[in-house]
Amino acid sequence: MMKSRTMKRRVTALLATGLLMSGGAALAQGNPNDPYEGFNRAMFAVNEGLDEVAIKPIAQAYDFVTPLPVRAGVGDFFSNIADIRNALNNTLQGKMADAGNDLGRLLINSTVGIFGLFDVASELGLERHDEDFGQTLAVWGWDNSSFLFWPVVGPKTVRDTGGLVVDIYSDPTWYTLNKSVAARNSLVALPFVDVRASLLPSDKVVEEAALDKYAYVRDAYLQRRRNQIFDGRPPRLEDDLD
Amino acid sequence: MMKKLIALLFATFFASIALAQEAPDVLVKRVTEEVLEIVRKDKEIQNGDTSRVLELVDAKVLPNFNFPHMTALAVGKDWRKATPAQQKRLTGEFQELLVRTYSNALTSYKNQRVVYKPFKMNAGDTDVLVRTEVDEPGRKPVQLDYSLEKLDAGWKVYDVTVAGISLVTNYRDQFAQEVRSGGIDGLIQSLVTKNKSLQGNVAKADGK
Repeated sequence: MMKSRTMKRRVTALLATGLLMSGGAALAQGNPNDPYEGFNRAMFAVNEGLDEVAIKPIAQAYDFVTPLPVRAGVGDFFSNIADIRNALNNTLQGKMADAGNDLGRLLINSTVGIFGLFDVASELGLERHDEDFGQTLAVWGWDNSSFLFWPVVGPKTVRDTGGLVVDIYSDPTWYTLNKSVAARNSLVALPFVDVRASLLPSDKVVEEAALDKYAYVRDAYLQRRRNQIFDGRPPRLEDDLD
Repeated sequence: MMKKLIALLFATFFASIALAQEAPDVLVKRVTEEVLEIVRKDKEIQNGDTSRVLELVDAKVLPNFNFPHMTALAVGKDWRKATPAQQKRLTGEFQELLVRTYSNALTSYKNQRVVYKPFKMNAGDTDVLVRTEVDEPGRKPVQLDYSLEKLDAGWKVYDVTVAGISLVTNYRDQFAQEVRSGGIDGLIQSLVTKNKSLQGNVAKADGK
């Protein structure tokens, strides 16, 4: 009880500092993809606080209690469901062969792979793709979008935020457990915990490598999205030496 | 005597050509496997001995990198405004930062496997991308690509991309920010401060 109250107070304090910072921060000549930098930095600070008191401990606990085979199973289970999203978005992007590959994976992993707990398809040589509606929007022409940082959800762009909403609503997990809201929400949240847990080892690297952690995370996110949009083969950016 | 000398000269000449002509994908594979082989056997590295890792990286990895080019890419437009002396200091500090941060990744090496993607290049190419992937049981594979350029001394790496994120150009905005607020010297100073704080961390970790 005491604990949750102190936590609440800490979060409120963080929110307050965040708002003050966003009021004060007017950074000229920043990244052209980051017009809301003041707001984003404030949300980033809030998220760092939340991560410290809640998200990271949950991920660490999850990392600690789940043995590797279980974790691999969880990862495979969700990536099997994600193959529906991959197939859908590959279709929307006109990559029919890839979409067929994703459907084949879904079929094999849901049956031979026992409801997706084992990724048999990868061993058969059917490559796992990584598509979402944000990427589809980018392929459809919305290629540059302003950066937005959300607490808990993390780095996104305006485009990818809209994409995420579509992704969540097109995810069958959202509908299969309609009767129990708690169970459904936990199932929707579990992949986020799984992803956060997988990022635990890189925390230290980012902490050590960055001169400005916010800018480091932002630019890494934007680069990674660009890589995903181009399916792992983005044209090299201009080297900007002149 | 003379004959021997000429023979020796020829031998070194051909040896150096052979080295310079090691194809970029072969180079990446050889160095990766050599380094991983050492890490697999070295208990002290696995236990997180930073100085041993730095030694290994110094001997095996660094000779294959072109740090002045990497630094120029990270600094971007402001690079030309820097004097040669400033460029040299920037390169030194940036090299230290990269080596310190990413060498530690080797101490957490467990059972990852590196897969080398098929590589094609044309005869006259002087700038290529060698693609690899790091596989770990229970995790999504991570894309790990090396950009190499051909110099007189052979192929050198000038950029490393992890999951599409260039470790070099990811610094560009942060560096530009430092230059805007404190000039080139301001950037040098913040790199020096950063490296000092990382050294402090290592001392603390070794002390316990």
